[in-house]
Amino acid sequence: MQTEGVDPLIFGVTVLVLACFVGYYVVWRVTPALHSPLMSVTNAISSVIIVGALIAAGPAEANFAQLMGFFAVVLASINIFGGFIVTQRMLSMFKKKR
Amino acid sequence: MTDNISAVLYLVSSIFFILALRGLSSPDSARQGNVFGILGMVIAVGTTLALPSVLSYEVILAGIVIGGGIGTLIARKIEMTSLPQLVAGFHSLVGLAACFVAAAAFFRPEAYGIGTFLNINTGSLIEMSIGLAIGAITFTGSIIAFGKLQGLITGAPLTFPGQHALNAILGITLVAFVAWITVEQNESIFWSIFILSLIIGILIIVPIGGADMPVVISMLNSYSGWAACGIGFTLGNSLLIVTGALVGSSGAILSYIMCKGMNRSFFNVILGGFGGESETSGASTTGDKTIKPGSAEDAAFIMKNASSVIIVPGYGMAVAQAQHALREMGELLKADGVDVRYAIHPVAGRMPGHMNVLLAEANVPYEQVLELDEINRDFAQADVAFVIGANDVTNPAAKTDPSSPIYGMPILDVENAKTVLFIKRSMASGYAGVDNELFFRDNTMMLFSDAKSMCDEIVQALN
Repeated sequence: MQTEGVDPLIFGVTVLVLACFVGYYVVWRVTPALHSPLMSVTNAISSVIIVGALIAAGPAEANFAQLMGFFAVVLASINIFGGFIVTQRMLSMFKKKR
Repeated sequence: MTDNISAVLYLVSSIFFILALRGLSSPDSARQGNVFGILGMVIAVGTTLALPSVLSYEVILAGIVIGGGIGTLIARKIEMTSLPQLVAGFHSLVGLAACFVAAAAFFRPEAYGIGTFLNINTGSLIEMSIGLAIGAITFTGSIIAFGKLQGLITGAPLTFPGQHALNAILGITLVAFVAWITVEQNESIFWSIFILSLIIGILIIVPIGGADMPVVISMLNSYSGWAACGIGFTLGNSLLIVTGALVGSSGAILSYIMCKGMNRSFFNVILGGFGGESETSGASTTGDKTIKPGSAEDAAFIMKNASSVIIVPGYGMAVAQAQHALREMGELLKADGVDVRYAIHPVAGRMPGHMNVLLAEANVPYEQVLELDEINRDFAQADVAFVIGANDVTNPAAKTDPSSPIYGMPILDVENAKTVLFIKRSMASGYAGVDNELFFRDNTMMLFSDAKSMCDEIVQALN
C-alpha cells in the first residue's frame, strides 16, 4: 500500500473510524444478559495500554520515564488479570437447565 | 523483530479482541470469547516484549507479577454483589495507567520516536494531552463512582449553585492549556493539564445520584477506551486505536441503552441532580389510601396455588443478598408445578446486566431470565408478579401521570398480573421520590420485610 505522503494522523483516524463501526455492530449483538461480562472484558482489553507502558519501562537505564512505565505496567496488569478472571467467573455461572 | 512483523502481530491481536466481544452474543460462545481475549492480550504483550528497544525484562516481570498477583487476588475474592464497585475501581486504574504512559512519553519522547524532550511533534503533543486529560478524568471520576457504590460517599447527588458554569469554565481552561502546550512546551503546563483533568473528573460525577450509576459506569467504561485510543495515536499504534475504539463504542452503546431504559437523555443524566430530595410531585394524597399487608404464609399460599409466577428483582435484592433464598423459593414452586420466570428491567441494579449475573450466581438457569420486551406481555396471563427490591421500574405512573418525574420510562407491567406481591422494607418512596400507586391497589399485597428474610420465611412456609 502506498501511504507515503499520507499524514500518520489520517491513517490513525481511518483505523479509528473503521474500528468504531466494527465495535458498533459487534456490541449491538451482545445479549443484554451478558452486559456485565461485556463491561469487565472491555475493561480487561482496554488495558492493552500496557503496550505503551512496556515501551516506557523498556530502556535499560533507570529514569523518571521508566519509573512511570513501571507503575503503568503494574496498574495495567491488575486490570488484565483481574478483568479476565472476573469475566471468566461470571461466565462460568451462566448455565442451562440441568 | 521487524516493524512489519510486529504490526501484523498487533493486527492478529486486534482480531482476537473483536472475537472476544463477538463471543458475548450468547452465553454458549462467551467463554470461548474470553479465551480469545486472553490470547489477544498475550500476543500484544509478547510482541511488545520482543521489540528491540525493550530490554529491562527484570523490571517488567516484577511489574507484571505484582500487578497480576493483586488483580488475581481481587478478582477471586470479590462478591458478585460488589461487581459494580469492582468495575469502577478497574476503570480508574486504566485511566491512571494512561496518565503514566502519557507522562513517560512527555519526558522521554525518544522511546516512542515522536521527538525529543520539550521538542515533541505538535500532532503527537495534542494526542498525548488528550490521552492524559481523558485518562485523568477517568481516574478521578471512577474513584468517585467507586466511593458512591461502595457507600464511602453518599449516593445522593451533590449539587451547588454555579456548578455547571464552573464545569464549563474548567473545560474551556483545559482546552486552552492543551492549545498552549503546543505553542510553549514545558513541564508546568503538562502537570496543569493533569491536575485540571483530575478536578473535572471529580466534579462531573459528584452531582449524579446512586441509581444513575449504570449510566455512569458505562460512560467511564467508554472513557477508559478513548484514553487508550489517545495514547494509541501518540504512539502511532493501531492496536491501541482499534481496542480503544471497541471499548469506547461499547461503553457508549451501554450508556445509550441505560438512558433509554430510563427514558432520559444522556445530558439529563450527566447534568445530574436527579432523585435528590424527595420531589413533591403529583398528588401526594397518601393519607387516606389503604394498603393490604400480608405475611410470608399468605404469600406462600397464593404462589403455591398459582400456575405462573413472574419474579421482578431489583437493586434491593442485591443489597439484601436475597438471590440464593429467592432461587430456592423459585425451585420449590417449580417442584409444585408452578411456571416460574424472572423479568429483568434494563436499569435494574447498579450496572448493566447486574441482575442477570446475580441470578446466574444463584444457579438460576438463564433461559428462565427474560428481558423487558420478551416478557412484558406475559404479565397479563400471570397469576402472581413477585416484586423483590424493585419499585420505580414497576410504577404505572410512568405511563399515566405526565407530571411524574419518571413519566415515559418503560416499565414492567406487573399491574396486569392477577396478584402483585411486593416486598418492601417500609412505605418509603422509591429512588425517584415518587409514590407507587401499585401499593394501594386491591390486588396488591405488601410484604413488609427485608428481602432475604422474607424469601427465607416463604421457603419455610412452602416446605
